[in-house]
Amino acid sequence: MSESPPLLSVDSLVVEYPAKGILTRPFRALDQVSISIGTGETLGLVGESGSGKTTLGRAVLGLAPVASGSVMFAGTEISHAGRRQRRSLSRELQVVFQDPYSSLNPSLTVGEILAEPLSVQGVSKVDARARVKELLDKVRLPSDAANRLPREFSGGQRQRVAIARALALSPKLIVCDEPVSALDLSTQAKVLDLFLQIQRDTGVSYLFVSHDLDVVRHVSHRVAVLYRGEIVEEGPATRVTERPEHPYTQRLLLASPVPDPDAQAQRRAHRKGLAVQRQEQEH
Amino acid sequence: MLRFVVRRGISAALLLAGITVLTFFLLNLFSSEVPRRILGEAAGPEQLTLKAQEIGLDRPLVERFIDWAGRAIQGDLGRSWFTGETVVQALGSRLTVTLTLIVCTIVVAGVIAVVLGIASAVRGGWVDKVVQVLGVIGLAVPSFLIALALVTVFAIQLRLLPAIGYVPITTSVTGWMLALLLPVTALAIDIVASIAQQIRGSMVDSLQRDYVRTLRSRGLSNAEIVYKHVLRNAAGPALSVLALKFVGLLSGAVIVEQVFALPGLGQVAVQSTARGDIPLVMGIVIVTAMIVVIVNLVIDIVQVWLNPKVRLS
Amino acid sequence: MTTLEANNSLLPMGQGSLWKRVKRDPLALMSLGLLVFVALAAVLGPFLVPHDPNQASLGSVLAPPSAEHLLGGDTAGRDILARLLYASRYSLLGALIALGTALILGVTGGLIAGYYPGWFDGVSSWLTDLIMALPGVIVLLAARAVIGPSMWWSMFIFGIILAPSFFRLVRSLVHGVRDELYVDAAKVSGVSDFSIVFRHVLTVVRAPIIIQMSMVSVIAIAVQAGLEFLGVGDMTIPTWGSMLNEAYSKIYIAPQGLIWPGAMIAITCSALVLLASAMRDALERSRGASRSRRRKRGPAAGNTRLTSTSVSESTRSVETPESSALEVIDLQVAYDDEAGRITTVVHDVSFSVARGEVVGLIGESGSGKTQTAFSALRLLPAGGSIIRGQVRWKGRDLAALSEKDMEGIRGTQIAYVPQEPMSNLDPSFTIGSQLMTPLRRRLGLSRADARARSLDLLDRVGIPNPKRTFEAYPHEVSGGMAQRILIAGAVSCDPELLIADEPTSSLDVTVQADVLDLLRDLQQERNLGILLVTHSFGVVADICDRVAVMQQGRIVEDGPVRTILRRPAHDYTRSLLAAMLQGREPLSMLTDTGEEGTHE
Repeated sequence: MSESPPLLSVDSLVVEYPAKGILTRPFRALDQVSISIGTGETLGLVGESGSGKTTLGRAVLGLAPVASGSVMFAGTEISHAGRRQRRSLSRELQVVFQDPYSSLNPSLTVGEILAEPLSVQGVSKVDARARVKELLDKVRLPSDAANRLPREFSGGQRQRVAIARALALSPKLIVCDEPVSALDLSTQAKVLDLFLQIQRDTGVSYLFVSHDLDVVRHVSHRVAVLYRGEIVEEGPATRVTERPEHPYTQRLLLASPVPDPDAQAQRRAHRKGLAVQRQEQEH
Repeated sequence: MLRFVVRRGISAALLLAGITVLTFFLLNLFSSEVPRRILGEAAGPEQLTLKAQEIGLDRPLVERFIDWAGRAIQGDLGRSWFTGETVVQALGSRLTVTLTLIVCTIVVAGVIAVVLGIASAVRGGWVDKVVQVLGVIGLAVPSFLIALALVTVFAIQLRLLPAIGYVPITTSVTGWMLALLLPVTALAIDIVASIAQQIRGSMVDSLQRDYVRTLRSRGLSNAEIVYKHVLRNAAGPALSVLALKFVGLLSGAVIVEQVFALPGLGQVAVQSTARGDIPLVMGIVIVTAMIVVIVNLVIDIVQVWLNPKVRLS
Repeated sequence: MTTLEANNSLLPMGQGSLWKRVKRDPLALMSLGLLVFVALAAVLGPFLVPHDPNQASLGSVLAPPSAEHLLGGDTAGRDILARLLYASRYSLLGALIALGTALILGVTGGLIAGYYPGWFDGVSSWLTDLIMALPGVIVLLAARAVIGPSMWWSMFIFGIILAPSFFRLVRSLVHGVRDELYVDAAKVSGVSDFSIVFRHVLTVVRAPIIIQMSMVSVIAIAVQAGLEFLGVGDMTIPTWGSMLNEAYSKIYIAPQGLIWPGAMIAITCSALVLLASAMRDALERSRGASRSRRRKRGPAAGNTRLTSTSVSESTRSVETPESSALEVIDLQVAYDDEAGRITTVVHDVSFSVARGEVVGLIGESGSGKTQTAFSALRLLPAGGSIIRGQVRWKGRDLAALSEKDMEGIRGTQIAYVPQEPMSNLDPSFTIGSQLMTPLRRRLGLSRADARARSLDLLDRVGIPNPKRTFEAYPHEVSGGMAQRILIAGAVSCDPELLIADEPTSSLDVTVQADVLDLLRDLQQERNLGILLVTHSFGVVADICDRVAVMQQGRIVEDGPVRTILRRPAHDYTRSLLAAMLQGREPLSMLTDTGEEGTHE
């Protein structure tokens, strides 16, 4: 998959949020970030709060102010696409957000929510209804869900609705912004399975943003690590998440606890050892 | 903190400047009829032109504004077109009466509202009901209507209190209090109700906050948590309500003064507008706007002192 | 998972459901009926009475009510009923003009300013501030000086003065909606701004606008009446205000003249206020409902399972060691809601935490683990209570203690570390004062001693610059720092037991590791017992000696951490561990094809 031109390639991207005052500098959320994603591939994007991982996803979607650099999707520059270009782009580029509560309008039924991207594309009401049924089936929700409101569903089910909305137009790339971090463990497992199954069935690519190294390892082919707006490490998923080279990634790995007391005690000792080393280097 | 005060002060000044410009030009839009109104139907065209020159209507509007503003900054708001009295003179004593009425209302209403609000948040029960009923009356019945009802019952029917008139505090303290009792009551009901309801609401809300649980987990007494932490956090929203209500209070005072024939701003406002005495009207608008802006500024500053997080926004 | 059945009384707010709820409120219905009556009287009334409102006849001066004059005559000998009906028409029409003007200006302005931050927002917000600094009656009087006594113009201008109330409401609502993720999702789908406003924004602002409309009508009616009462209005048309004015000037002769117009104003406005408050209640109730669902880990375990679980785990073998400090026995916690229904969220839970021991309480959201922890401190949220069982502590049953006695235990014997660091510090007080207060009240330290002790504590929990943090306000520190401060506060009065409710769940992993290290160090230093509520097996493995697994309000299994994590006996524990990602083949399925998404 590295032979063909990538589906998405982000090059030297800089995102800056305007500052509140006149004299203060704009806040630089991303600094010279470059990534690429091939067809059918998942790029995991891992980092802690404030690392800019969510911003990168939003920049790809046109929801963050791009100061410089480029975002190429299927050979087209989209970093400053207008709403019209977005409309045609939305057939190929979609999103699943973190919060399954605020990502669905509470006063629309699930059917209306799923039909929204379809109606923008001019799909007829009858066709849309059939497609909604198909989508609900795909994400394993009962077909009568279409007539119900989001609040009647649990967190995991709402996230399935959000996934169904992303799938409505059979996109080539879905930006997944922390899609499982608000879910319980067992629900998370089911939703991750759904993501994998959809990829197997449709060959869709994911830009999978998460703070959880384990989640990213499980779903990604390649992983990029963001730290304070910059990518510090990138490579094959298992290599980056199990044998990281950059000190920050190492810290990240050693900080996430393993579910066995003795293994965790070992990991803890290792982490503290590294911390001591780091301090000595600094002095 | 100082930076915040300065910043708010500047924006308040800008706001006042905006109000001044807007009011001046809107008020002087149709002033060509004024000489006729001053001199009456009998006046001839020459007299009218003379009068127009005398009060400066022959000069361009912008020039008149610059002239007016220049003197206003020095505290001279011009002269009445009709009586020749200076605006500052005309407003001075009236303002004292209106401000006395308003300050008394706020003090009385504030104290009662805080007590009622806390009681209904902490105890609920009948206090809660009283606050709710007061809320409906205060919001629904205009203060001048309450004033009319009070006059009819207490002054006309029961003859307990003076129906009209004002006694300066320097003349007689009890007379002053009796004269103010009914107007203050009429104006205060709405303020009491809305502030008490706000205090109740934000206290109930604050009581459910996470930090209250944490404070309790430290073994602090309920009284300390309620009166120190919860009340302080509830005070901010209550002050915002007061800021919003203050403008309405001024409006209400103007009308209620008429009910009780108090010699305040209301009287001079009604007279001067009926005659079209533009300099006086202008003075009234500017002075009242200034009072509102200053009160809002003070409330803003208190808010920041109460809740330092506000400073950020 | 939890309650799936749609509770019909808690449907979200569309217009339809607002109406549906108001319909069930008798007071609101009565108000609505009154308003309809007043409106009908204003529209049809003038056609029904035979008299001209301005026609005076000497014979009817102060005439008592009769067949000819149903409400009698006024001081000028005019028919009161006719005047009242015409007055209603003009007064309401005037109020409608003001309302309409305010609505059009305020709502469109608010929508644009809220949705597009930029110059329009800046300019219109400034204008709003400007208008709001002007007392309405003064402006209307001034306007009269320029344009003369016209009620219609006055009310139009008053509409402009009232517009800010809609503008501010709509603008802030739109601000809220604009940041919602579903608006982002619509943008990604290429939905036009117009459609977004129409579909997503208007549905949210509709109900609040309707409520605001009735409040603004009240103000419009009041101010209009007030102006006419001042006698500066158009005297040729009767209004409620001008009728009051005439009556007041004759108050010594005929005070009864005040009654009818006064009553009309009071009745109409009261009906509007009552209606508005009924609608607001309905709206808030539904908002509150959706918010409580959003708030994670509230009391949520279903009341539907009560029957199915009567089988119960027969062997609740909780060994209660001699040294045991906290001992929870057969704890049952329940919530009662407004409707008086009782929902049990914790069933027959028993466990113990010995001094120096770290016990984990693990479960998914709604498992009742947090409720169990709160019970031990008797800090259950409003509506929750311990309905059965004991919380033994030093020979006493905390569940039966008076609130006063409980205060003596909290902080000095059992302390609490919360989940969300930021929301657990009072935003209005400095960190130093929040640390010092318990030290002074509980340990009786002097101000200077409390200060010194607080600084030591901040230093101990790893705050780099204790002095600066001591003087800072909570919003000036990061989440990780805030959590350290809360831990400092928890141990400040030398407790023997900590109840930690997901103390690291909202922190980044690297910060979580540091905070866990800190907790472990403090625990060893002070030989603390810790009851640690968590949803993470990693955290359990890191710090706990024993662990209890909770599911739907019950402990399904408990024991030493190695036993539970390596050889779980209960199916539920096994399924939880099976959902862990560590050690799993990447890109492989985690569950058996992940069927039945409906049962999450």
